[in-house]
Amino acid sequence: MAKTLVIAFDPAEVASGAGFATALGQPFDVLLITGNAANNAGAERTFLAGLDSVPPADSLTPSLVALARGYSHIVAVSSMRSKDIMARLAGALDAAMVTDAIAIESPTVYKRPIVAGAAIATVETLTEPVVVTFRPAGFPEPAQQGEATLEPITLELSQGSKRISESMHGGGRPDLTQARVVVSGGRPLKDAATFEKVIGGLADQLGGAVGATRAAVDSGIASNELQVGQTGKIVAPDLYIAAGISGSTQHMAGIKDSKTIVAINNDPSAPIFEFADLGLVADLYDAIPAIRAALDRGK
Amino acid sequence: MKILVPVKRVLDPFAKVRPLPDGSGMDTAGVKFEMNPFDEIAIEEAVRQRDQHPEIEIVAVSIGLPEAEDQLRKALAMGADKAILIESTETFDPPSIADELAALARAEQPDIILMGKQATDDDSNQVGQMLAAKLGWPQATFASKIVIVAGSVQVTRETDTGDEVLECALPAVVTVDLRLNEPRYIALPGIIKARSKPLDRRAPTTSPRPRTRVRRLDPPPARAPGRKVASVDELVGALRERGAI
Ligand SMILES: Cc1cc2nc3c(=O)[nH]c(=O)nc-3n(C[C@H](O)[C@H](O)[C@H](O)COP(=O)(O)OP(=O)(O)OC[C@H]3O[C@@H](n4cnc5c(N)ncnc54)[C@H](O)[C@@H]3O)c2cc1C
Ligand SMILES: Nc1ncnc2c1ncn2[C@@H]1O[C@H](COP(=O)(O)O)[C@@H](O)[C@H]1O
Repeated sequence: MAKTLVIAFDPAEVASGAGFATALGQPFDVLLITGNAANNAGAERTFLAGLDSVPPADSLTPSLVALARGYSHIVAVSSMRSKDIMARLAGALDAAMVTDAIAIESPTVYKRPIVAGAAIATVETLTEPVVVTFRPAGFPEPAQQGEATLEPITLELSQGSKRISESMHGGGRPDLTQARVVVSGGRPLKDAATFEKVIGGLADQLGGAVGATRAAVDSGIASNELQVGQTGKIVAPDLYIAAGISGSTQHMAGIKDSKTIVAINNDPSAPIFEFADLGLVADLYDAIPAIRAALDRGK
Repeated sequence: MKILVPVKRVLDPFAKVRPLPDGSGMDTAGVKFEMNPFDEIAIEEAVRQRDQHPEIEIVAVSIGLPEAEDQLRKALAMGADKAILIESTETFDPPSIADELAALARAEQPDIILMGKQATDDDSNQVGQMLAAKLGWPQATFASKIVIVAGSVQVTRETDTGDEVLECALPAVVTVDLRLNEPRYIALPGIIKARSKPLDRRAPTTSPRPRTRVRRLDPPPARAPGRKVASVDELVGALRERGAI
């Protein structure tokens, strides 16, 4: 029964799921919850649930339990959505669970950061099945082999919580967790309009996504889904620009896998300079317009 | 109406900590222990809900070492009515914590289990959802607003793209996120005063059945040291050189 089920909540998660499943080294199937097309990246079978949206965890999980019974490993990309659903699934299956895996030693041994990244734990799973959420940065996506052959299946939804309303913020910019460039701002960004103009403006010029610290989100300068860090989103872009961010362990826990970290801070002793590849001691309100002008000149 | 709030004793989230050289655990020498910050938000919320619904009884529970009494006293000082300390020196992984909390919930019959979304030491984000599954109760995770209405709870929850409102029939499990509230500050005298509130010590009713085991802890890989640049032009030049822009 050494077989993996990749749960992809939308088509964009299929490739990274296949990357993790390939690293796990077992044959795998994919279950696509929403959307109606998937690339084949080595899956034996691809099941298509064809739902319009991802239902609340309590109403979706029982149908996943039935399907998951045939697998030793059930895995999904880390996100707030997958943490909500996969941990409930693990509870229902009485499974072992590994949250935020960053490396695989074997199908029973994983590495994951704990204590806001202060340590990397080597975790052994003692029982089967095993539920894993993983950070995609460590697992290269396998080559696409054309369109997958989709096998429709029906997920019977159970009675559970009722979704009364939903609001999506932002939009238009690349997804924070996938973006090649992320520009983030912290507490000194005054208000939402300033944040959008200064941080959003530079992000747009670089074709990047926007992130924020908890301090910026809590004070209403940025919206909640932009929070990067231990308890927010984990990012791993080629370029991370942190403007007006002190460099708390909680924030740094979310950006450690970035290739190049740039810090702009007017306090030369700000902790973020210990982590930044390139540090600029400057007022961000002077530095960011100057960077934008220099980028324009370079074209 | 009863609200059960599980609280965990964790390493001070603001302390600089590192693994022991032999990798057997974290070096806790000289580090304080605190209530998991998300659980503090959960206690605060329970107290604010009771301000609106005076019939609410708040029970705080912690599973672990006898020292977790400190965190339960703090919960009592913040306004919890009573506390239960389930004492054990054994290692409970998140599924085992969920098993023990499920047993307690069956005995205590709370209407809402209100708890942190994540413990800042193990960063698992598992117990609430596992507990809800084991009890077969509805769940709403990552709450930023909670409204109790007759027989149900309306929870605004943070999502990957914004937020949504779920309505859960009671009993339900709700896990809290950072934006729900700002916990009140409790000075030491308040904590001492809470000594007169009931704290019930008991042994676990389940024996932990660990489904995972931490083999070792290592320090995170060090990043190559960076450098300061003197000007915006030098910064942009360096980024071009690295191919970052
Ligand atoms: C349980 C818990 C979970 C948390 N989770 C997260 C998380 O996921 N993500 C997160 O980010 N935080 C998180 N935090 C909060 C974290 O501890 C810090 O409080 C937060 O990251 C600080 O945000 P900041 O850097 O914007 O603000 P500050 O620490 O106030 O830093 C602002 C910085 O801006 C600089 N500055 C001021 N003015 C200017 C200017 N004009 N130009 C340039 N620089 C300027 C200052 O020198 C300072 O260094 C968490 C905390 C707790 C307790
Ligand atoms: N030992 C414990 N005692 C009581 N509650 C706990 C314990 N461990 C975890 N919890 C609860 O479970 C939540 C999530 O923890 P975790 O899944 O470990 O990140 C915490 O915020 C607590 O409310």
